[in-house]
Amino acid sequence: MDRLRSLLLPLSGLAAAALLWAAGTAWLAGVSPIAAAFSPLAALRAFEPLFGDSYIWTHIGVSLKRVAVGLAAALAVGVPLGILTGVSRRFASATGTLFQFLRMVSPLSWMPLAVMALGVGDAPVFFLLAFAALWPILLNTAAGVAQLDRNWLTLARSLSATRRETVLRVIVPGITAHILTGARLAIGIIWIILVPAEMLGVSAGLGYFILDTRDRLAYAELMAAILLIGFLGFLIDYGARRLHDRWLHQA
Amino acid sequence: MNAPTPAAGLAASAPPAAAPDAVLEGAGLGFGYGVGDAVFRDVSLKVERREIVCLLGASGCGKSTLLRVLAGLESADAGAVRFLGQPLTSPHPRSALVFQQASLLPWLTVERNAAFGLDFTHQPRIAEAVRRARVASALAAVGLAGREKAWPAELSGGMAQRVALARALAREPELLFADEPFSALDAITRAEMQSLLVELVHRWHAAVLLVTHDIDEAILVADRILLMGGRPGGILAEWTVDIERPRSAAPEAVARLRLEILEALRRSSLR
Repeated sequence: MDRLRSLLLPLSGLAAAALLWAAGTAWLAGVSPIAAAFSPLAALRAFEPLFGDSYIWTHIGVSLKRVAVGLAAALAVGVPLGILTGVSRRFASATGTLFQFLRMVSPLSWMPLAVMALGVGDAPVFFLLAFAALWPILLNTAAGVAQLDRNWLTLARSLSATRRETVLRVIVPGITAHILTGARLAIGIIWIILVPAEMLGVSAGLGYFILDTRDRLAYAELMAAILLIGFLGFLIDYGARRLHDRWLHQA
Repeated sequence: MNAPTPAAGLAASAPPAAAPDAVLEGAGLGFGYGVGDAVFRDVSLKVERREIVCLLGASGCGKSTLLRVLAGLESADAGAVRFLGQPLTSPHPRSALVFQQASLLPWLTVERNAAFGLDFTHQPRIAEAVRRARVASALAAVGLAGREKAWPAELSGGMAQRVALARALAREPELLFADEPFSALDAITRAEMQSLLVELVHRWHAAVLLVTHDIDEAILVADRILLMGGRPGGILAEWTVDIERPRSAAPEAVARLRLEILEALRRSSLR
């Protein structure tokens, strides 16, 4: 019963939004007939050819691959930097201001630079996504290190653990929950940056597809793509949250 | 540096450093940041094989720091520590540590926590089967057989401390260092754990250096009590406790010793 209610309320919120959407497009259609293509029903109808032709899968696949590469790169750079920040006070104070500064520059600002330096194609998109995702991972990792139980480190020392054993057996698992929190935030950011990042210099991906539908005047498909982006983002975040909870379940 | 310096008020009939019966020997130990505010100075003590020694003192008297020095976690500014006759520069593989907090690793099951560190590079090589057997018998000894797959988050404070004890025992230590291991537990659990500790270290043939501020704990557990105090810290007095176990069965002798220790504490704080 509670389960039903906890499902019913979010669904009614979604339904209300869909109704507002329908009412808005119906009203706009009176002003300019083209708006009818933006209606929820048109969008739903557009889903069929979208998946029927299966070319949307290519775009989804390309986008998901970019998310994965961006996240992996951000983890590869952010986790070691975060550990260094958490372990070394000197490194933390030397880089703190720089990191806060860089963090506040919208990643998309780097787009022209990234295209110039890395050329047209996937590379600048990977760079932008990784750059955007770096900060939450770095900051959460550093916070995780700061919150490590000192006794764990003493325990490792009392076992004459090598540096490698201390890092791999105590520090990394000890901060995994924090890293997962950072990764989850990073995925959210990546997903948001992804669409605009794919609007320049690439020929596939969900961001590219949005511009493509606009150019083809396929507005119903555009709305369907927006729905799809929201839905996929929701799924990814749900997955990340489940993973996080699963780890914490043990913690 | 090799000859133990006799400390005032201590029976200083220490045999030469290579004495086979001493597990741990600290001689002329000093630790402090400046000359003026040393934490402790000129401390000498010995722990014999299978002996339970309690280092008793008020909070902040430097006893935990002394334990860290003796365990090889910190190096002394003066004096030397010998473990099984050898100079100690880093934690010895035949020693184990228990803290006030169980400090279990929350991402490992009870079983894996108890086994933690057995496979580290600088630990003695043992076969996988031996490792399993040791962990199983340590967990059974602390009463946790059947809970091997539980997660630390599912355990009470007392249970967690049992796992920490099993983790120490699984290493089959010659000497167990314990820093206020039971002071975070409730009174009933604490009493259980005190008698469990005595029983297990006897069964494991281990010696114990237990740091505590609890006089009753010291009397219930110790073969020998060292009273630490003063500024900088030093060992003020020593008692050999020859009350038969279980000591709760001899309340008068316990009460007598308790008064004696309290009196010594009072005198030291008046100085």
